[in-house]
Amino acid sequence: MTRLTCKLLVIGAGPGGYVAAIRAGQQGLDTIIVEAGRPGGTCLNIGCIPSKAVIHLADEFHRAQEAAGDNPYGITAGAPVIDLAKGMGWKDGIVARLTGGVAGLLKKAKVRSITGRARFIDGRSVSVTTTDGEIIICPETTIIATGSVPVELPFLPFGERVLSSTGALALTALPTSLAVVGGGYIGLELGTAFAKLGVKVTVVEAGARILPAYDAELTAPVAARLRDLGVTVLTGAKALGLAEAGLRVGHDGQEQVIEAEKVLVTVGRRPNTAGLEALSLTMAGAFVKVDDRCRTSMTGILAIGDVTGEPMLAHRAMAQAEVAVATAAGQNQPWDKRCIPAICFTDPEIISVGLDPAAAGAGARVDAFPFRANGRAMTLGREDGFVRIVSRADNGLVLGIQAVGAGISELAAAFALAIESGSTLTDIAGTIHAHPTQGEAFQEAALRGLGHALHM
Amino acid sequence: MGIRTIKMPDIGEGIAEAELVEWLVAPGDLIAEDQPLAAVMTDKATVEIPATFGGRVVDLGGEVGKVIAIGAPLIRIEVEGEGDPAGTAEAPAAPAPAPAAAAPAPAPAAPAAAPAAPVAKVATPAAARAVRPEGEKPVASPAVRTRARDAGIDLRGVPGTGPAGRITHADLDAVFAAGPGTVAPVAAAGRTANTAVKEIKVAGLRRMIAEKMSTANRQIPHITYVEDVDMTELEALRAKMNAKRAEGREKLTLLPFLLRAMTIALREQPQFNARYDDQNGVIHEYAGLHAGIAVQTPTGLVVANLRHAESRGLWEQAAEIARLAKGARDGKLTRDELTGSTITITSLGPLGGISHTPIINHPEVAIIGVNKMQMRPVWNGSEFVPRQVMNMSSSFDHRVLDGWDVAIFIQRIKGLLEDPLALFTEGEA
Repeated sequence: MTRLTCKLLVIGAGPGGYVAAIRAGQQGLDTIIVEAGRPGGTCLNIGCIPSKAVIHLADEFHRAQEAAGDNPYGITAGAPVIDLAKGMGWKDGIVARLTGGVAGLLKKAKVRSITGRARFIDGRSVSVTTTDGEIIICPETTIIATGSVPVELPFLPFGERVLSSTGALALTALPTSLAVVGGGYIGLELGTAFAKLGVKVTVVEAGARILPAYDAELTAPVAARLRDLGVTVLTGAKALGLAEAGLRVGHDGQEQVIEAEKVLVTVGRRPNTAGLEALSLTMAGAFVKVDDRCRTSMTGILAIGDVTGEPMLAHRAMAQAEVAVATAAGQNQPWDKRCIPAICFTDPEIISVGLDPAAAGAGARVDAFPFRANGRAMTLGREDGFVRIVSRADNGLVLGIQAVGAGISELAAAFALAIESGSTLTDIAGTIHAHPTQGEAFQEAALRGLGHALHM
Repeated sequence: MGIRTIKMPDIGEGIAEAELVEWLVAPGDLIAEDQPLAAVMTDKATVEIPATFGGRVVDLGGEVGKVIAIGAPLIRIEVEGEGDPAGTAEAPAAPAPAPAAAAPAPAPAAPAAAPAAPVAKVATPAAARAVRPEGEKPVASPAVRTRARDAGIDLRGVPGTGPAGRITHADLDAVFAAGPGTVAPVAAAGRTANTAVKEIKVAGLRRMIAEKMSTANRQIPHITYVEDVDMTELEALRAKMNAKRAEGREKLTLLPFLLRAMTIALREQPQFNARYDDQNGVIHEYAGLHAGIAVQTPTGLVVANLRHAESRGLWEQAAEIARLAKGARDGKLTRDELTGSTITITSLGPLGGISHTPIINHPEVAIIGVNKMQMRPVWNGSEFVPRQVMNMSSSFDHRVLDGWDVAIFIQRIKGLLEDPLALFTEGEA
């Protein structure tokens, strides 16, 4: 048994953990990071990155399919065929490059990396089970960055036929049909991709509409696109279990079986608190409770990322990592972010930054500009969606920005900067937005808020 | 090269003149702008006069002790460039440094609009604006937030002049300019490393104390001697004397009795009542007891001089000590009352502790320290009896006083204090 001491121990090498470790290493803190799997966590290995690769793959295939059919561009092409195993190999190559890159960055920052599963013995010592035996680490400060795992339904246990998002991203052959249980962003992103790859997809959502975390105005273009792609969406429907032919679903008081060679269960994620039992930390629901400096209820134990609560997003964990390392280094750098942008890589894509109209309440005004009045959107062949700005009625301070549209996720950068910098409608309207871009819709929405939109 | 004059500035409070206490520069010195030139004392305080420009000191406006009127020449300084304009020597205000060389010529290509900008941007004093309503988050860019956090400023207390009440860098500049204490510090939850460092200029009385203490500690090999004194009988006598004293008149403290004992002891060992000019190797031994009384004032330690203690009765000494202490605290003592003591007494009363190592008031050779008095059990040969006992911690200049003599001196004082009758019988001898 080996005993190690260090200034800072980071448990979990996902986007929160590896950023914390690199930052700590850069600051000269003696740092160890422990990860049970490959560095990069859910995000790089089985989440954000591989899912975006699969979505791109599906988009490319779908475009080829459109070219094979009747299209306004005058293109005639043959019917495309996909070798999914090869496409997944391309995706795996991206993942390997990124995770390898993270490992290299950790090394460069002089962080000691240990592969193994960590478990707290007490507040001051952590046991790590590695292939070479047990290691006991006694750090001065520990950052818990253990992330989250997909929620499993007891009547639909993950296996050969019932897949989590991880399983779906590892498929090397396409099923003929796929039932997606849960109409949140993960289910819709993957469901859309498989639909574009030619799979018959049915989405089973217990709520009244898809993407319940977003308002109906934002999700309507996504619902319309799903219809066009031939995806069946059952709302107010409840998955009951597997049947020979597919998935048993309770819908409108009746039980039906929907065709499903595979079932993808995406009903949410839960914090991964395995290994933390010995600490008896104060929890906030299922999550580890932290304050604005990422401190848990136990001195010297910090936590960041999905394990600390919603929104479970990589960039939130990365920002928390900065706060936590500052706390570990004895600095006072509390969380002071004004917004955490959220994106659904559905088709069309949805961005939400800051307050939506309902959250902003009566003192706010809401101004939108549709992409059907945007030249660039027309040239891309996609005019669905809009940009919407929520601002204070009394002084024009921008409180929130939402948008839905094809390929607009990159606008998140401008939206977040506007809110984080305390911009007003005048600031946005007074900034030259390059023509022709989809981003002009942002400026136009601001102009509209000021009462003088140009292209409406 | 020219000669320019710095005049005694108006140091406020409506005073017309100030006494030169100390020159901090000498003729021939190269001085920088803002460097302290001299310490002057008004009837309120001692103030340092800074140089309004740099140069070489030509001559000083007077000896220490001279009273200089406000506006009268204080010092003459040789400067680069022109000297005092002819006929302005008696002008009431000190001239500002000639700005001619400092102002760069405007760039020929400067846009015409540029000069108007500073005029248009009239700075609104940030503090005059209303801070946002309770609970509303301050609006500021990440750069402004980081800058505020690094400076320990809570933006919730900073008014924003930008659009929608946004706090700008200029608003932060205004907070910095207003100085500390104008914005509530960030209330950090829990324990944090507080990295704040406050810069305090050591000036005025504090600087003089610092220099004096350094000199004394550097030059004098101190020997400190601690002895206890049974004060029971003296305290009984003092209580009796004070009880008969009319209401509202000074009461006797311990100090007049101590002065009495010292007067008697010094008669036998006058070498303790001296000033040692160590530069010239001469000891000035004084026949009269000029007792330095250490007084804590709001600005720092001051030693007041109770002149010719040997010539005063107990009650007169008590009155004089009270007057000097009040004068010191109010900053109203004259130069004579603050200099020239020959042996100093330091006492912190009930805060006096059980022992300390006093630093000699250079160039004196002895300092008598009084510690707190407390009831202690004392063995009288057959039993423990409660006695009021006080320690005396005294330091001496070991260059000129030997330990043997020190012991005899303190034992003599102890003997006199423990047998107060002797204070009067021997005092009158």
